[in-house]
Amino acid sequence: MGSFCYHTFPASSHRLVSDFSQGFKSPKLPYLSNQQERWFSRYQGASKVFAYYGLRAPPYKLDALEPYMSRRTLEKHWGGHHRNYVEGLNKQLEKNEVLYGCTMDELVKLTYNNGNPLPEFNNAAQVWNHDFFWDSMQPGGGDMPKLGVLQQIEKDFGSFTNFREKFVEAALTLFGSGWVWLVLKREERRLAVIKTSNAVCPLVWDDIPIISLDMWEHAYYLDYKNDKGKYVNVFMNHLVSWNVATGRMARAEAFVNLGEPKIPIA
Amino acid sequence: MVRERERERGLWMALRSVSRKAIGLRLVHKHGFARGLSSTGFSLPEFSLPDLPYDYGALEPVIMAEIMKLHHQHHHQSYVTNFNQALLQLEHALSVADSPTIVRLQSSIKFNGGGHINHSIFWKNLSPIKELGGEPPKPSLGSAIDTQYGSLDALIQKVNARGAALQGSGWIWLALDKEQKKLSVETTANQDPLVTKGSALVPLIGIDVWEHAYYLQYHNVKANYLKNIWKVINWKYASEVYEKNCP
Repeated sequence: MGSFCYHTFPASSHRLVSDFSQGFKSPKLPYLSNQQERWFSRYQGASKVFAYYGLRAPPYKLDALEPYMSRRTLEKHWGGHHRNYVEGLNKQLEKNEVLYGCTMDELVKLTYNNGNPLPEFNNAAQVWNHDFFWDSMQPGGGDMPKLGVLQQIEKDFGSFTNFREKFVEAALTLFGSGWVWLVLKREERRLAVIKTSNAVCPLVWDDIPIISLDMWEHAYYLDYKNDKGKYVNVFMNHLVSWNVATGRMARAEAFVNLGEPKIPIA
Repeated sequence: MVRERERERGLWMALRSVSRKAIGLRLVHKHGFARGLSSTGFSLPEFSLPDLPYDYGALEPVIMAEIMKLHHQHHHQSYVTNFNQALLQLEHALSVADSPTIVRLQSSIKFNGGGHINHSIFWKNLSPIKELGGEPPKPSLGSAIDTQYGSLDALIQKVNARGAALQGSGWIWLALDKEQKKLSVETTANQDPLVTKGSALVPLIGIDVWEHAYYLQYHNVKANYLKNIWKVINWKYASEVYEKNCP
């Protein structure tokens, strides 16, 4: 028997908390003496605590995004769907020790297995995707990006309006369930709008996502029924967090050389 | 005098037939493409939304009226509309031999056309509880199910398990392989019709597991939707299709 622990881990550490020293399921160690083995197995049986990944709460209260995304949606989406993905992932990791000990990013890439996803991929990627999505929104969001992000958008799309059109179009032409992303492509060193199906995310291609939008029906059906257009526009106008995007861009620039900065001449 | 009039009539008839052809060729659809008889006499079909064989509220409490209304009037209707539009664009692309466009349109045709096909079957698969909904299948489909799966319940468990495991959007099918005369449980992704899983497969029962089919009522508990929908499944329709293909 095992119990799952739902700590709210800080964003950077999805690693297993190391002071849970008891009850790790470990392979049989052949060099232990009989007495040590007996002690080990008795200790293991005592109280097994498996804590792999926790359900991280969004950085705002569940009703903070009203009236654009209702509390009921967040309760069902975060408390139901996202939680199920976390619990499902923990259950799967319990059986598969090889995958133990990765950060979330690593786990997603590993389980994607270069296009032949392992059974854990769906849960792992969806946990990552939803964490990213909640962070991509904020109460009082929308409006326009500033400074570096705006500059890069204008450089790669021509204008913010053009980018917005492309983003909305991608969202509305997605077949089935999936996500829309503003992503910084590592190889091409430019921003792009991409759409992915089901649980796939740009991490698997080693690109750096900047913002995302959940286009699974469960994300908007309770609030907007089948009016996808309204949902996407509301997201762009009132929910998307360009502050977070700026932070992500700044971090991305440490990995991707976007060229000389434009230093204004005094 | 008579000959003159005859000649006039002849000219007049010729003019009329020419102008009719001209009008036919110049029949411009609102999207700007010509619809009508081509030189081979082929005319593009225009699909339309089929009516439901029951009221929107007839499947309560299993599926609420609001879901049925949205599902039929919005989702299915948009598949029909977009399907027709894609076919029109395909016709134009074919007429000018534009291969990239012909190929590019395939995904839209598969998605929207598949959506139309699948939902048309779905409405017939359902029936109000007071009428045929939930009544177990009679032989020969009933005995085929018992032979192959042990019991109707076993089949239902299998279908529900596959449905619960389906990731993303899609459909679960009870399919008949009409060549091998065998039943099978299949899943298709998005709006792919059953034939994409095998050309000999005939759909007997299809269950829509896109979230729009149940979200307003069952929220994220897909399992409850799958458990309850069997109360309104129309086995009579499935039996008829089965007997037609397995006489």
